[in-house]
Amino acid sequence: MITVAIDKSADDARPWIEAAKPTHPSLIDTAHALADLYNVVNVPTILWIDERGRIVRPNDVAFGTDTFKHITGIQAATHLAALRAWVRGETTALPEARVRALQSLPTDADQQARAEFGLGEWLYNQGRVAAAARHFARAGELAPHDFTIRRGTMPMRGIDPMGPQFREMLGAWVKAGNPYYRPLAE
Amino acid sequence: MAGTKFTVIDAGRSVELDEADGIARATRAEASGRPAAIDRAERAAYLGVSAAERAKALSSLEAPDFTLPDLDGQAHTLSAYRGRKVLLVAYASW
Repeated sequence: MITVAIDKSADDARPWIEAAKPTHPSLIDTAHALADLYNVVNVPTILWIDERGRIVRPNDVAFGTDTFKHITGIQAATHLAALRAWVRGETTALPEARVRALQSLPTDADQQARAEFGLGEWLYNQGRVAAAARHFARAGELAPHDFTIRRGTMPMRGIDPMGPQFREMLGAWVKAGNPYYRPLAE
Repeated sequence: MAGTKFTVIDAGRSVELDEADGIARATRAEASGRPAAIDRAERAAYLGVSAAERAKALSSLEAPDFTLPDLDGQAHTLSAYRGRKVLLVAYASW
């Protein structure tokens, strides 16, 4: 297992990592490099990668515990059982054609949003926070489904990512018929 | 007279150019299909990677390689784990 925290600084992720005392690589991605490479638009996102370095389960939503099950409706056991069976070699992963069919690939707007995010992140690290906020907002308009941008940049815009502005954003998103989490159907 | 400096961030590296050169570089990147975020007032541009390039890499099913630091700043590279099954988990504190 490799975990990647998509956070504005290592210090944001530090309390969780130190409490978990992981034995696996537990990495920090302040620049959203992983999000850009894998088209990650929300957390948690998981992928399975086999011994040959091939994606055998594309971006999916899975939790390690049932802490948020009452909100998400996603139970941890389903993924954990499938994962264990794959790791033990009791099942094979999805065929390549199915993996491709289940993949969600980035659009031009997604990549433009990531460029706006990249400029915003650079400006933020320069202390130019007002200019950064404008680019984060623009990025969110370009990719409204990308919560690594819309929610993930809230701490860099002085907004509580668990607070009323998040709940308002989520409410509007869901009311418009959009899911916050998009787990794979199989 | 020195022109106003303009920062171009390209592939994670930032370079300082004269303003006209910086904007020209960003414009060329856009013309070649790459996303570019340009802020003339802040004298900076960020050049990203095109959707076509990212989509091609992902559709190949070859897991895109990356190197990221842990809390101690030690770098880890995905491809170093070849030969083992990897569960890759993206999460966040927010």
